Amino acid sequence: MYRNGVQGRYKQTMDSYDASESTPRQSTSSRPEDYFIGATFLQKRLESVRKQTSFVPTPPRRKIPHCSLLQEDVDLQKVAFLLHKQWTLYSLTPLYKFSYSNLKEYSRLLNAFIVAEKQKGLAVEVGEDFNIKVIFSTLLGIKGTQRDPEAFLVQILSKSQLPSENRESKVLWTGWFCCIFGDSLLETVSEDFTCLPLFLANGTESNTAIIGTWFQKTFDCYFSPLAINAFNLSWMAAMWTACKMDHYVATTEFLWSVPCSPQSLDISYAIHPEDAKALWDSVHKTPGEVTQEEVDLFMDCLYSHFHRHFKIHLSATRLVRVSTSVASAHTDGKIKILCHKYLIGVLAYLTELAIFQIE
Amino acid sequence: MLKEDCASELKVHLAKSLPLPSSVNRPRIDLIVFVINLHSKYSLQNTEESLRHVDASFFLGKVCFLATGAGRESHCSIHRHTVVKLAHTYQSPLLYCDLEVEAFRATMAQRLVRMLQVCAGHVPGVSALNLLSLLRSSEGPSLEDM
Repeated sequence: MYRNGVQGRYKQTMDSYDASESTPRQSTSSRPEDYFIGATFLQKRLESVRKQTSFVPTPPRRKIPHCSLLQEDVDLQKVAFLLHKQWTLYSLTPLYKFSYSNLKEYSRLLNAFIVAEKQKGLAVEVGEDFNIKVIFSTLLGIKGTQRDPEAFLVQILSKSQLPSENRESKVLWTGWFCCIFGDSLLETVSEDFTCLPLFLANGTESNTAIIGTWFQKTFDCYFSPLAINAFNLSWMAAMWTACKMDHYVATTEFLWSVPCSPQSLDISYAIHPEDAKALWDSVHKTPGEVTQEEVDLFMDCLYSHFHRHFKIHLSATRLVRVSTSVASAHTDGKIKILCHKYLIGVLAYLTELAIFQIE
Repeated sequence: MLKEDCASELKVHLAKSLPLPSSVNRPRIDLIVFVINLHSKYSLQNTEESLRHVDASFFLGKVCFLATGAGRESHCSIHRHTVVKLAHTYQSPLLYCDLEVEAFRATMAQRLVRMLQVCAGHVPGVSALNLLSLLRSSEGPSLEDM
């Protein structure tokens, strides 16, 4: 009798899960005039949270990143500076009341804040140049769909002290915010919020911290460092090896960390990129898609090859770094993108990880 | 687990993989706990290999999976979905415990000892199979997706 009671209760909860799964799709299209703002958005948020806890967040299949940027007339020169630089990754919750038309105002405010912070702090540092300039600018074309908000860039430049005509401004710090295919997050937030969950920074830690504080105070958002675990690194390795390249600029390299005392050991494994591509091609079945089984098989082939030669089980170690001709990623949340063709694809995966971390 | 107070004699045998050598005389095994370290794919592969050597009668409630390392998400190389699917395939309960944390270890030990008592038939009115069906009904509908 007791057992029947338990099963009855389980069936009821199952029905409510089914119901909640079907409503989000319907509510977005069939009730556009429904403006009980609080209820609707809170409901959507609850549904998305419920979806996350009961269903697996990582899809077993994923598309291979396609090569095109959204707008074809995007100036490659403008995005070229995003490549070949090491970026530290953070996930960012949606920004409250952020407006693209106020960028000049934000530049001014952030500039004042940075100067104030630097003056406030430590002892007098002779030679510290307080003549800095902060620039906010939009990055056109860095988005997945039309729904994604525009990416924008923040730069700190040092203004040269010389009153001469050719002032050379050195870029001290760069950070940019973007959102690629962020539909799952965009659905759950209200109009006042701008969703740009992925933040990439290049420059000193202290500058990143100051700018982070300003954003958090001004837009009521929250930054957190985005770490990439071994599971996701192996997905990246498979997806980037799958990308068609005209010529390879770097060898495909993996780095594993062996946890042992007193010091950890690092194992580095380099493969010729064409060999890696050939291995991938032999594993890959469905065109245009990457599945979990294919990723596992790809990695297992590498592990067993290594084991055959060195009798070391790489699968018992932790994958820490993956480096290919498309991009390289480190588990601490550092990324370097080498190929402009797959920039959007790489950012799309990172956006997904950032959204997962926020939720 | 050995620190827990138990009415009858409790013996724990640790092994890296199965099958156990058959040359040794050992008492009846009441519960097998497979410990899977989510940080290591090797651990999963080892478990899958060992599962092949387990007699089918054990899967009626005398086997359970213990996944450790879920707390440090950044170190995980196995997705949670994989172990959930494994537990589902073998119709056995899956428990999560960060064995590195003292408090969680103590709680999990208590739970395992209780399970062991049921599996050994020391708790009147509840058998291993009963326990299995009770534990199964508390798992979510995500299993439908697999």
